[in-house]
Amino acid sequence: MKFAVIVFPGSNCDVDMYHAIADELQEEVEYVWHDEENLDRFDAILLPGGFSYGDYLRSGAIARFSNVMKAVQKAADEGKPILGVCNGFQILLEAGLLPGAMRRNNSLKFICRPVSLKVENNETMFTSSYEQGEIITIPIAHGEGNYYCDEPTLKRLIENRQIVFRYYGENPNGSLSDIAGIVNEKGNVLGMMPHPERAVDVLLGSADGLKLFQSIVKYWRETHVITA
Amino acid sequence: MSLLLEPSPTVIKDEKLYREMGLTDEEFAMIEKILGRLPNYTETGIFSVMWSEHCSYKNSKPVLKKFPTEGKHVLQGPGEGAGIVDIGDGLAVAFKIESHNHPSAIEPYQGAATGVGGIIRDVFSMGARPIALLNSLRFGELMSPRVKYLFENVVAGIAGYGNCVGIPTVGGEVQFDPAYEGNPLVNAMCVGIIRHEDIQRGVATGVGNTVMYVGAKTGRDGIHGATFASEELTEQSEAKRPAVQVGDPFMEKLLLEACLEVVKSDALVGIQDMGAAGLTSSSAEMASKGGFGIEMNLDLVPQREAGMTPYEMMLSESQERMLLVVKQGCEQEIYDLFAKYGLEAKAIGKVTDDKMLRLYFRGEVVAEIPVDALAKDAPVYHKPAKEPAYYREFQAMEPYVPVVTDYAKTLLALLAQPTIASKEWVYDQYDYMVRTNTVVAPGSDAAVVRIRGTNKALAMTTDCNSRYLYLDPETGGKIAVAEAARNVVCSGAKPLALTDCLNFGSPEKPEIFWQLEKAVDGMSAACRALETPVIGGNVSLYNETNGEAIYPTPVVGMVGLIEDIRHITTQSFKRAGDLIYVIGEAQPEFGGSELQKWLEGRIFGPAPAIDLTVEAKRQKQLLTAIQAGVIASAHDIAEGGFAVALAECLMGADGLGAKVTIAGDVTSELFSETQSRFIVSVKKEHRETFEQLVEAKQIGEVTDDNTLLIESVNGEAVIKLSVAEMRSVWKGAIPCLLKSKD
Repeated sequence: MKFAVIVFPGSNCDVDMYHAIADELQEEVEYVWHDEENLDRFDAILLPGGFSYGDYLRSGAIARFSNVMKAVQKAADEGKPILGVCNGFQILLEAGLLPGAMRRNNSLKFICRPVSLKVENNETMFTSSYEQGEIITIPIAHGEGNYYCDEPTLKRLIENRQIVFRYYGENPNGSLSDIAGIVNEKGNVLGMMPHPERAVDVLLGSADGLKLFQSIVKYWRETHVITA
Repeated sequence: MSLLLEPSPTVIKDEKLYREMGLTDEEFAMIEKILGRLPNYTETGIFSVMWSEHCSYKNSKPVLKKFPTEGKHVLQGPGEGAGIVDIGDGLAVAFKIESHNHPSAIEPYQGAATGVGGIIRDVFSMGARPIALLNSLRFGELMSPRVKYLFENVVAGIAGYGNCVGIPTVGGEVQFDPAYEGNPLVNAMCVGIIRHEDIQRGVATGVGNTVMYVGAKTGRDGIHGATFASEELTEQSEAKRPAVQVGDPFMEKLLLEACLEVVKSDALVGIQDMGAAGLTSSSAEMASKGGFGIEMNLDLVPQREAGMTPYEMMLSESQERMLLVVKQGCEQEIYDLFAKYGLEAKAIGKVTDDKMLRLYFRGEVVAEIPVDALAKDAPVYHKPAKEPAYYREFQAMEPYVPVVTDYAKTLLALLAQPTIASKEWVYDQYDYMVRTNTVVAPGSDAAVVRIRGTNKALAMTTDCNSRYLYLDPETGGKIAVAEAARNVVCSGAKPLALTDCLNFGSPEKPEIFWQLEKAVDGMSAACRALETPVIGGNVSLYNETNGEAIYPTPVVGMVGLIEDIRHITTQSFKRAGDLIYVIGEAQPEFGGSELQKWLEGRIFGPAPAIDLTVEAKRQKQLLTAIQAGVIASAHDIAEGGFAVALAECLMGADGLGAKVTIAGDVTSELFSETQSRFIVSVKKEHRETFEQLVEAKQIGEVTDDNTLLIESVNGEAVIKLSVAEMRSVWKGAIPCLLKSKD
């Protein structure tokens, strides 16, 4: 299975994402520069965190116009797994691949710390390796992670089980309905503020994020008959 | 000011306009002699910044020479962007600390942010990949709205810049004392990793080679920043706000990635950050170091504003700019490389053989100065030093005997002192994990960052207890180095080398210069005893507000090598049943202690003594025991003494407690700040090995009852506190002070 890590000017969690896949998951992975127009050779697309275009104007607002985003849209339409973490999530929102918007944290401060999450839906291609309701520890690091959407959208998110992760215990940023991560209706685009790629090695505090990447591989293996 | 309105050379001389730029009459006469004519306005400006203390170290150079700077692992000592130390496997670590005090006093967010930006460029200009940031901050007491404003915005500025560039801010220290009320200190340190063969230097060589400008455009911000940094803060300083630069971390990130690609290219001859004194210092220093000259056409300098004069361009301190020297004919390769990142590299001049800095503007030569006069031959002053009266008074004092009646209450009060209290409020705002190598996050003795692809890790810390330095700069200087080394050792690392940021008052005052000399003497002695050479640093003098100097604050940034990640150790107790040992014995030493400050509202008397031979021996023993795998946790005893250190061992240890017995004078045992002491915990099965390796006294055990119990030898409880209560006081102190409205 082959992963793409999209690199925008200002991305800075690209290296972490790359190593999570290459070293811990031990799958194929490649950096893809933002002006690339074709992602057909990849089986899954990862949009890493960071400050694409310096977060100028609004987080993710400029990155969504990158050439590569058309290819990301195409991959999404084809049903390939797309994961956006932190700034990657913000870009997916700006690009309309996921509903809703981000506001500044209610503390108005950047927050970096490990947080507890509850797996709200383990029947997605990103979460099948977790138990339903499992409590996991994954770090957050963001200034704008206060997720918001309108009432009808929230209702749909709940009804369709699109809320995949919720903050458990304390909500660090004031997000609506404690939302930490959501998928699109089709279930192949996941956006989340916490960083699973930072939680793949117990040496650094937690390996709870590894199952997320393992779930993607599991899904891919199940849907792709390997012909030797 | 347009070029036509600039004062003529004669006017500059007759009306002594150079004085406003910080030059003395004698210095102006020297310039006249060097040039053999009167300098014009641009040249006067160039001399004034290059001869400022900030760029030339003219007052501190004779003192800095005392530092031991050599060691068998040192690949690059002082004089370049950053010092470099070998760590084996063909790898080396590059690091440096630098101040941004004055800008931060005036405009805390941008002042702190650009301080971070500058130090990052210093490290990547060596060719090193920055892997971690640290800082050392000093503020007045967290009471007045002004101090709170400075504190909150400095932290936000550091976070805003470092987080965006994507370099983790992994550690540092923050202290609060009235001595910094009007003149906060903002010192930023950057650590980078480099392969030996990639080491770059800021030199201009090879006649005809191309001088290139990369990065942000030049604007009118930061003009005379270096001069501003070399004078005292006064009520008029607010008017110098324009001398504070504005940072663009996004530009820095692009520049960082592009420059790290450029250093791999054979086309590159030299590279240097345009830091203090911007285009002037980078060009003059590169030429002087290379033994060549540089000429530049200022019309080609990318400019953000219209109508900029040569004076403004040469003195601007606009951020995120680099100067490159590139082999003639290889320009296109460099253009293409930067273009990938959306950056424009621009050829603005060339290397010459006449050792002159020559500037053209609109077809005319507007400055022509020998480069050595600006760089290595800048004036050096041997300032007079005088022992201050207060020092003699403190030395003569009878030992201070604090009166403590309620030990538990006292411990809680000390835990709530902002200097001791948890800095979670601060580091919560720093992305300390990005690049996923941070093994020990902020809050332990030193931060630990692993080196991917090896089994090694680096421990890093910044330290300086300036209260001791004020009482006794020589002893305090020794302690600053020793404490940094203690923190590194407690993390399982062998201290390698240090970088220092010497923050002092005005060197024009003999008493201040004496502090500087003595502090450097003390630091040098400790560097020798602990085998940690000084590989670079920065001097920040004139830290005074309305005539009042700060405490002498030579911040030590130290890096140590952990040979095997299994040696990584933290301060938190690990499991119930482990034995608690203390290394070193308490003496009744309270001069400059947190307890004295809390009880008396001021500090006085002699600083705690330090014996460097004892220090070195204990550090060595402890490190050997850590490497032998018999230490569960290690923590040095610092501000607040034993009781505070013991409490700190419990703050991050969920559900655990401690039961220990103390003998001797209770107040000294609990709160004295006697040096060279540690608290360690050891698994019972390792007792024998540990006791063979380390001279230490067993004082108790780690328990599972969430309680700190300190008993006297006859079994009476001296302190009994729930860990939850201590933790809540310790964690709540800073947020609580920030919220209070008075």
